[in-house]
Amino acid sequence: MSNDLRRFHATFFEESREGLEAMETGLLDLESGRGTADTINMVFRAAHSIKGGSATFGFTKVAELTHVLETLLDELRSDKRPLTSDAMDAMLASVDVLRGLLKAAEAGVPPADDGAALVAQLNAVLSGKTTIAFAAAPAAARPKAPERFVIAFAPKASMFMSGNDPLRILRELAELGTMTVECDLAGLPAFADLDPTQSFLKWTLTLPGTVSEAAIRDAFSWVEDECDLSINGDGGAAAPAPEPVAAVPMPPAATPVAAVPGGGGASEDASIRVQASKVDLLINLVGELVITQAMLKAVGGSVEGAVAERLLAGLETLERNTRDLQEAVISVRMLPVDAVFKRFPRLVRDLAGRLGKQVNLKTFGESTELDKGLIEKISDPMVHLVRNAIDHGLETTEDRIRAGKDPIGTITLAASHQGGNILIEVSDDGKGLNRERILAKAREKGIAVGDNPTDAEVWNLIFAPGFSTAAAVTDLSGRGVGMDVVRRNIQSLGGETVLQSTTGKGTKVTIKLPLTLAILDGMTVGVGEEVYVLPLGHIIESMKPSAENVRTVSGEGRVLKVRGEYLPMVHLGSHFGMGGQERPPITVIVEGDGQKLALEVDELIGQQQVVVKSLETNYRRIDGISGATILGDGRVALILDVPGLIRGRHVVKAA
Amino acid sequence: MNSNRNDVAHEFLAFKLGQEEYGVDILSVQEIRGYDTVTRVPEAPDYIKGVINLRGVIVPVVDLRLKFKLGTATYDEFTVMIVLNLKGKVIGAVVDGVSDVVQVDGEQIRPTPEFGGIIDTRFISGIATVGERMLILLDIESLILSADITGTAPAIA
Repeated sequence: MSNDLRRFHATFFEESREGLEAMETGLLDLESGRGTADTINMVFRAAHSIKGGSATFGFTKVAELTHVLETLLDELRSDKRPLTSDAMDAMLASVDVLRGLLKAAEAGVPPADDGAALVAQLNAVLSGKTTIAFAAAPAAARPKAPERFVIAFAPKASMFMSGNDPLRILRELAELGTMTVECDLAGLPAFADLDPTQSFLKWTLTLPGTVSEAAIRDAFSWVEDECDLSINGDGGAAAPAPEPVAAVPMPPAATPVAAVPGGGGASEDASIRVQASKVDLLINLVGELVITQAMLKAVGGSVEGAVAERLLAGLETLERNTRDLQEAVISVRMLPVDAVFKRFPRLVRDLAGRLGKQVNLKTFGESTELDKGLIEKISDPMVHLVRNAIDHGLETTEDRIRAGKDPIGTITLAASHQGGNILIEVSDDGKGLNRERILAKAREKGIAVGDNPTDAEVWNLIFAPGFSTAAAVTDLSGRGVGMDVVRRNIQSLGGETVLQSTTGKGTKVTIKLPLTLAILDGMTVGVGEEVYVLPLGHIIESMKPSAENVRTVSGEGRVLKVRGEYLPMVHLGSHFGMGGQERPPITVIVEGDGQKLALEVDELIGQQQVVVKSLETNYRRIDGISGATILGDGRVALILDVPGLIRGRHVVKAA
Repeated sequence: MNSNRNDVAHEFLAFKLGQEEYGVDILSVQEIRGYDTVTRVPEAPDYIKGVINLRGVIVPVVDLRLKFKLGTATYDEFTVMIVLNLKGKVIGAVVDGVSDVVQVDGEQIRPTPEFGGIIDTRFISGIATVGERMLILLDIESLILSADITGTAPAIA
């Protein structure tokens, strides 16, 4: 029996995790006052389905905890008790414990916390229901509200003429709360006499008293003149409800419509659950197809004769179709960045509470889409940055008042597209970085610093391994493993981190990531006999430098003067030990981590979209190379890691 | 590939490196193919010829003649590459020529003699005598997983 149920476990765990997330979001909404009557219903439903599932599968601890939680939620829902901060803390804590319990159950190990303490806490909250808080504002206001609203709605025959549709109003009302609908068909003429442009129906609707009358009136605001409408409270302590004015439906004609559940369930997108590995397989296969297509195109170019034209036309269509197919397949893996952002309200709330700071979290661009693989990996670095911002960036409330700032600090998370990249910004309006302290710390740590470092160079120091400016080590951050790990993580995703800071105004960390890890727009360049791929996003320009713009600087190698700026030159062939022309004719200016470099190459071959393959699957990592791809002729070309090349130069320089 | 697996007969693919005959466990051989042009990779020792595209997978190519400092590494139409697959890691090994598949009983395998410090025996699991022939058996696992092939990048001094 249990074996039969086991195959449903994965689904249960997945759904429960989603349920917990929804609960957390809902609870936080309620706490911040953004919640509606429906929010608590939603939280309740999530708890209820976890309870049901866990009881079915025999996860008794989960079931016990959710049962108590559900009891509390039910009382909150029916306004038997107000939402106190004790209750909120207990409920949020139970979300965490449930997460732990589910994880342990999934792994088949005993949980670290069996939730017994929390059940006790929740019970304590429950038993304390006769406290003074019971008589508090919402409860006091309540008796005036009726138990339910009875709405008689009879559109005039001409309603459709004005472009209104009763159905839409009914849907709108259904979203306010659980609604029962009765339809009166008495006015309906015989089918032969039916004029489809006229409305003949009347409805009697019942909505719970928790819905505000204003919201109901709102729904009818467009049709007030075109219908007979009465809205009556019923069953409350308010004035006795008068009998509905409009026609009471005759039993045989009444068509009860099933109660519409509250919440916008109707507008949900149709979606299917697919294993991520299946999508990955699809992406790989499309990648192979793209390579084959490039190979065919290369062959097609050398075909001559009458068929050549038709072949080329066919190949062009194939190219377009493969590109479309690839984009479509890759978009399957794209998820809105909201998946990461929604973790933060809770984190910020807890951290701010622990540090005694007041923090307001703002998020922008949640709908920006990002590769699923990136979403999973971007989360930890972002948590780190947000922690840093709250712990080190934002001042205490007193300090903020003293500095004449809003006592409530702001953390902003923003996501946006820029070219083929996605930008994620984590910013605070705190005190900014302290230039002097960073320099002092760098000297103390023995990190080489130039004589007159620019701000950007100074800010870069905090990405050095083992660097932390926190005067006091807190339990949150400041243990010395900080920004260097963040930068390394981002780099391993092919991204960059740039930090901007203004003293007194705040700090902003920008993470620039490729849209996807699977494909890349690149420029192929020739060096000796080898072909390399330069990611297009890093290229600024390419040029044939004239001899007078190339200078030799002692100890620094050669530099190229471009519009008044001197850029270090790297001979790609000798850098990689691949030979190539001694004085390559072409220079490609690239940028990474906010710094520029002039790469000397023998030739520019062309621009193409390449499928990124890992070198590390069967080989190992190479400095300055981020991966490999397969060219149209079947050969392997290495993809240059531009930020890596720039960093590599610094290592050599510093040594 | 331990020498104490005495009771089981194994099949080994025999190949030549210079004058010597070597053997690898047939189960770790994925395929045998000709030597293609490779894409050279930076920072690699001389015996790593580069990487090739093996049906969409990037595979490093090791010239065993250079790795074991045997014979001259000439590339002609007889040069072959044995594609080895062990625990999901795939490498190509360039050898002078593949001869045949030899069945070796456990008792025919002798442990690797001590050569002192002159010869690197890390990648040799034993020596098998089959009739008149002597096969040097390669320890594929330690070869593939050695630091300079699929391991982490060696520290740059």
